[in-house]
Amino acid sequence: MAEASVTLTVNGREVSATVDPRTLLVHFLREQLQLTGTHVGCDTSQCGACTVHLDGRAVKSCALLAVQLEGADVTTIEGVGGPDEMHPMQTAFKENHGLQCGFCTPGMVMKGIDIANRHAAPDEATIRRELEGNLCRCTGYHNIVESIAAGAREMSG
Amino acid sequence: MKPPPFDYHCPETLDEALALLAEHGEAAKVLAGGQSLVPMLNLRAVHPEVLIDINRLPGLDHVRIEDGELRIGALARHRAVLESPAVREASPLMAAAYPYVSHGPIRNRGTLCGNLCHNDPASEMPAVALASDAEMMLQSASGARTVGAEEFFTGTLSTAAGADELLVEVRVPQAPAGQGAAFHEVSPRKGDFAYVAVGAVVSLSGGACSGARIVCAGVGDGPHRARAAEDALEGAAPGEGAFRQAAAAAADSIDPGEDFHADADYRRDLVRSLTRRALADAASRCH
Ligand SMILES: Cc1cc2nc3c(=O)[nH]c(=O)nc-3n(C[C@H](O)[C@H](O)[C@H](O)COP(=O)(O)OP(=O)(O)OC[C@H]3O[C@@H](n4cnc5c(N)ncnc54)[C@H](O)[C@@H]3O)c2cc1C
Ligand code: FES
Ligand code: FES
Repeated sequence: MAEASVTLTVNGREVSATVDPRTLLVHFLREQLQLTGTHVGCDTSQCGACTVHLDGRAVKSCALLAVQLEGADVTTIEGVGGPDEMHPMQTAFKENHGLQCGFCTPGMVMKGIDIANRHAAPDEATIRRELEGNLCRCTGYHNIVESIAAGAREMSG
Repeated sequence: MKPPPFDYHCPETLDEALALLAEHGEAAKVLAGGQSLVPMLNLRAVHPEVLIDINRLPGLDHVRIEDGELRIGALARHRAVLESPAVREASPLMAAAYPYVSHGPIRNRGTLCGNLCHNDPASEMPAVALASDAEMMLQSASGARTVGAEEFFTGTLSTAAGADELLVEVRVPQAPAGQGAAFHEVSPRKGDFAYVAVGAVVSLSGGACSGARIVCAGVGDGPHRARAAEDALEGAAPGEGAFRQAAAAAADSIDPGEDFHADADYRRDLVRSLTRRALADAASRCH
């Protein structure tokens, strides 16, 4: 199988790599770049745990091939903030108890930022509709919705 | 690695893409948004030897009205179509149905043309294309041809597009002035594929229904046009009685499969309810 080379920006840093063309973006991030914050929660591209931003828009990294992303700009949960300097959306999840086991959380935060980028003050109905592609098995969603509303307020304020 | 191995090509021009398709034919798959194909690769439900990524082809992401038709190119993403004022103007049925197609992150990548080529039996847009007399503009290295929706959707996950052909554009005739449209569906979760979906367009002339179109998804091996229901409405006074009669005819016209989620009786029942609802809404939107 011919390997392919790809150069893209991940979390603001240019990365060049050689990949097997069948490498999914999520596995490229996790296994080649050791960015394991992006999770794999399903086999069918339904759960949203793998959500990252591609050129500023939320996408599912399990439904993209790394080889496709020549010149692209990818942001993962590691790129938005960490324990020392949290993104307002991460802080909002912490303060509003927006997570329990935390498995869905990276995808929820990335999706939450995507919602806030497009809606300055999203109401509950908007947030719930926007979360159609993100599953959580623990929280019952209520606190996730609260977290995203709070994070969006913080981001626009 | 979830997907099986394949060779990857990323042509920069349409001619190059068509030459690759001509060369590899059945062994190749076109990669558009990848939102159906990549999950199928992940499940190893398909084993193409070659993937031809069309995402870098120039000039194919348009959504515009031209010569009385809505024209949507191969690389117009779901989100662009969903948000397009041209779609709302030219095809109220497509506009009514689009919010049911998947969800945000999938819409940011998936394309309408890829969706039509995939032809999942529960997919909304093949039904919309059928109701709207859409035309598929196919191109191959040896030429171009136009295939109407009626002939294009040939069965579960299959279409009339040849292995060497690319769907470069779909054309939807602009809806006649005054026509009302509505689309309803029941799915396990919002943004999932439908158990059953029903779309309807209705025109009124002289207080009577004329030229109705009723289509269903999720009831067989592709989009279904409920002609008997359309006939039942022709010339009828719009209202609950006529809509119920047409809905019964629509339910009788299908021979739905059964699966884990929904048995045939349930699907027939859904077609009846959704058809009645879609007709009432469509008629109320006539102007
Ligand atoms: C979680 C989830 C939920 C979804 N929900 C829905 C839903 O509710 N309704 C719905 O309709 N869809 C749904 N989808 C599917 C989605 O709409 C896909 O985007 C669409 O079916 C395929 O379009 P694509 O551009 O992603 O095509 P791809 O996945 O790239 O390709 C699909 C098929 O079409 C072929 N193909 C693509 N483009 C062309 C072309 N221009 N010419 C010739 N052949 C081509 C490919 O070779 C492949 O066989 C969902 C998907 C997921 C993952
Ligand atoms: S792992 Fe990507 S959607 Fe579930
Ligand atoms: S917090 Fe456990 S899956 Fe969401």
